[in-house]
Amino acid sequence: MKKLKWRLLLLLSVMTLVLSGCGEPFISTLIPAGEVADEQFSLMMLSTAIMVIVVAVVTIIFIYVLMKFRRKGSDKIPVQVEGSHKLEIIWTVIPILLLIVLAVPVVASTFNLADTDPMKKALADDKNGGKDPLVVNVRASLYWWEFEYPGYGVITSQDLVLPTDEKVYFNLKASDVKHSFWIPPVGGKIDTNTDNENQFWLKIDSKRAKEAENIFYGKCAELCGPSHALMDFKVKAVSRDEFNSWINKMKNFKAETVAQTASAKQGEQVFKDKGCIGCHAVSPADNRPEQARTAPNLANFADRERVAGILEHNEENIKNWLKDPEKYKPGNTMTGTYGKLTEEELQALTDYLQSLSVEK
Amino acid sequence: MSTLARKKGFWPTVWDYLTTVDHKKIAILYLIAGGLFFVIGGIEALLMRIQLAIPENDFVSAGTFNELMTMHGTTMIFLAATPLLFAYMNAVVPLQIGARDVAFPFLNSLGFWLFFFGGVFLNLSWFLGGAPDAGWTAYASVALNSPGHGVDFYILGLQISGLGTLISGINFLVTIINMRAPGMTYMRMPLFTWTTFVASGLILFAFPPLTVGIALLMFDRLFGGNFFNPALGGNTIIYEHIFWIFGHPEVYILVLPAFGIFSEIIPTFARKRLFGYTSMVFATVLIGFLGFMVWAHHMFTTGLGPIANAIFAVATMTIGVPTGIKVFNWLFTMWGGSIRFTTPMLYAVGFIPSFVMGGVTGVMLAAAPADYQYHDTYFVVAHFHYVIVGGVVFAILAAAHYWWPKMFGKMLNETLGKITFVLFFIGFHLTFFIQHFLGLMGMPRRVFTFLSGQGFDTGNLISTIGAVLMGIAVVVLLINVVVTSVKGEKVGADPWEDGRSLEWAVASPPPEYNFKQTPLVRGLDPLWIEKMEGKKGLTPAEPLSDIHMPNSSILPFIISIGLFIAAFGLMYHNDYSWGVPVAIIGFIITFGTMFLRSIIDDHGYHIHKEDLLKDDNGGVQA
Repeated sequence: MKKLKWRLLLLLSVMTLVLSGCGEPFISTLIPAGEVADEQFSLMMLSTAIMVIVVAVVTIIFIYVLMKFRRKGSDKIPVQVEGSHKLEIIWTVIPILLLIVLAVPVVASTFNLADTDPMKKALADDKNGGKDPLVVNVRASLYWWEFEYPGYGVITSQDLVLPTDEKVYFNLKASDVKHSFWIPPVGGKIDTNTDNENQFWLKIDSKRAKEAENIFYGKCAELCGPSHALMDFKVKAVSRDEFNSWINKMKNFKAETVAQTASAKQGEQVFKDKGCIGCHAVSPADNRPEQARTAPNLANFADRERVAGILEHNEENIKNWLKDPEKYKPGNTMTGTYGKLTEEELQALTDYLQSLSVEK
Repeated sequence: MSTLARKKGFWPTVWDYLTTVDHKKIAILYLIAGGLFFVIGGIEALLMRIQLAIPENDFVSAGTFNELMTMHGTTMIFLAATPLLFAYMNAVVPLQIGARDVAFPFLNSLGFWLFFFGGVFLNLSWFLGGAPDAGWTAYASVALNSPGHGVDFYILGLQISGLGTLISGINFLVTIINMRAPGMTYMRMPLFTWTTFVASGLILFAFPPLTVGIALLMFDRLFGGNFFNPALGGNTIIYEHIFWIFGHPEVYILVLPAFGIFSEIIPTFARKRLFGYTSMVFATVLIGFLGFMVWAHHMFTTGLGPIANAIFAVATMTIGVPTGIKVFNWLFTMWGGSIRFTTPMLYAVGFIPSFVMGGVTGVMLAAAPADYQYHDTYFVVAHFHYVIVGGVVFAILAAAHYWWPKMFGKMLNETLGKITFVLFFIGFHLTFFIQHFLGLMGMPRRVFTFLSGQGFDTGNLISTIGAVLMGIAVVVLLINVVVTSVKGEKVGADPWEDGRSLEWAVASPPPEYNFKQTPLVRGLDPLWIEKMEGKKGLTPAEPLSDIHMPNSSILPFIISIGLFIAAFGLMYHNDYSWGVPVAIIGFIITFGTMFLRSIIDDHGYHIHKEDLLKDDNGGVQA
């Protein structure tokens, strides 16, 4: 048994080495960068190791049988064996033992990952209200994500900013159809339902986040419509200090003062005239009820990694997106709501959007 | 009145098949229809793989991709795998138990036509405004949000074909319970009959939840219901439960008969009785039972809480044990045997490692916290294709070669058969093995495209190349079928020479009454027992006498057409004023025909003893 344990350990370490060569650090579950993903990765490795043993045993018997017992022209009739109680008991009991080895950590981990009591306490306390530990409300809508920090009264979209090396708790739901919230290197997913709120926690490790250049890819993992494949978001991993400074800037963000140039001011006017403002808030403090928040909050739009969650963030892509959103995200709800934009309006709007920043 | 095989013209043959209640002809109908849908589902798969061959491809649009993906899954499960297995069940099970037909020949025909018209209805969606696009699971929120009539085709089509499946399941249950020949005790039944029996039991309990689930969806989509509208107190999580209470046993409805097929093929070509027959039967029943206890493992990320997740995780793992028993029993059946590598045996041999791969990833998926990472990624896609292609499709292809001579009287070409196997086997592993890693590397499933720079490019290209190989393999198989029907030579009762069960004791193809005299079964593998005692035929259990046969009937076909028409009416009743009248007409056709069936006395006919004596191919020597 002890020998087996060492072999298992050896197998585990070899597998870990091989598999960690797989994928990109910002999206692969095989390069975990947080406590939850670590725990899940070690379960993946344990189960794989056990299964490799099973496959190896089957393969050895399989190859032996196929080599040894081929028919060689003779008309010999083999002995008709009924069975063997001893053998049958062996291959019933050993799998049961292997499964127990796996089942114990599985059950323990299931309960550990579902422990969200600290969040409930934090939210019950008015003064705390979701600051410590940090609570984030996630709301998924057809092809975009809203992130609300209830402790700070800040709402943002598409880019989720998270402090590293501490547990962050999530409240998740969907506003139209079912989606699923997934940041592969940080931790396994949980669905955003239309019926209820789900809760879980994640913790990002700062050292390994650096290897992913502090940006992780987030995905929708539940079929939701034509653009399901394009319902991406980004996670920015920052230190607690950087997070504090960011959230303060967000709290104090004044949307009215951002438009400085003439073009940006014209863009602000277009934004109002075309009715963009009816759906898109430009202030992180959006007091409207969530039913009214039908499009991504654009307060720190210029700081975001991508346009519409998928296109590289530059002026040209902003224009392309505004010109024909249907081309980039089929089935999105923005298409056809604001008519055609002139080249001048497009430029103005782009300039305005590019001025919506808390970092500049 | 007798319809003993004679050369007939084209139209009389068509009429014969439209009206037949003979299980062997219904088997051929299932084989043709299931094969057709299998090819359609395969083409859909190939189109998807072409789209995903390179990043940001625009071969098909996002909406079309979702339609292809939905129709591929739905077609393969409901319209290809299930009916193809029904084809073999119909062709073989009555023969294996020494019966002259199934218990309810009329219902057998009705089951086929319901399935067929349900399938046709579903596929007509391609030409009538777009196919369903909510996935084969049709989760309530996304299904209700889907515009157009695509999802309505899914709901109504599956409802009709599901009725057919349920009817067939009940028919097999009754047949196996009541129609076994003297001496054919339960513990002497061949494993394919056993797995058919258990799978039919699963159908009996699993299909009603599906019926209910999609009926509720129908009310919501077509009749203003709010079962799944959370704003009005509905709940979409309930739909997930209902669907998977059906959906998980459905996997075993498919894979148990596949196990049964291999449990026939392996002993035949290893020339050795099945190792551990009793434990094989026990494992089959246990898998069937546990199949109903594990549905929530499809919902680990739904947020059911740690208690439910932990219970369902452990319950799911336990299925590994009886499955493992089966694998070792197959291996030890071959151990000490005399293995001949015919095409069906190659599939059986290829099946073992492929299915074990799918089985072990199944146990990995059962580990709930790890599943939070696997769920809805390509890892899951890889897993269930290893189970369903590596298990069920391999079994269907193996059975096609194995029982083809019994069904059609001609052997499929072995060389072409082996080429098909090699191409399909390599293509299969090339397509799906890499998908495990794509999933682990962060690729979600059901995506119509993927952006470059995420590390998914190479894996997807390899996968597409594999899919093309599988496509070529199927083309070779079709060529084989054509070549065989044109040139193949007629074969006798036991073309593989090592047949063990009763179907190999009657002519190929069998006469319409199967057995001139009902055989006496003296143990497991009855034909093998007789052969080993140097006898040529079976021991009869009764003297030669007149055989009572059921009459053919067009009524099942008309009953099914009625529902097919009614479905159009129901679907369009909100759009056009003709909807309601058409639905009513459809239902009148269906129920009127059922009424006719009830009041018309049909006593069938007899094949007389003198005719039987003239016929020389009745299996049992008089």
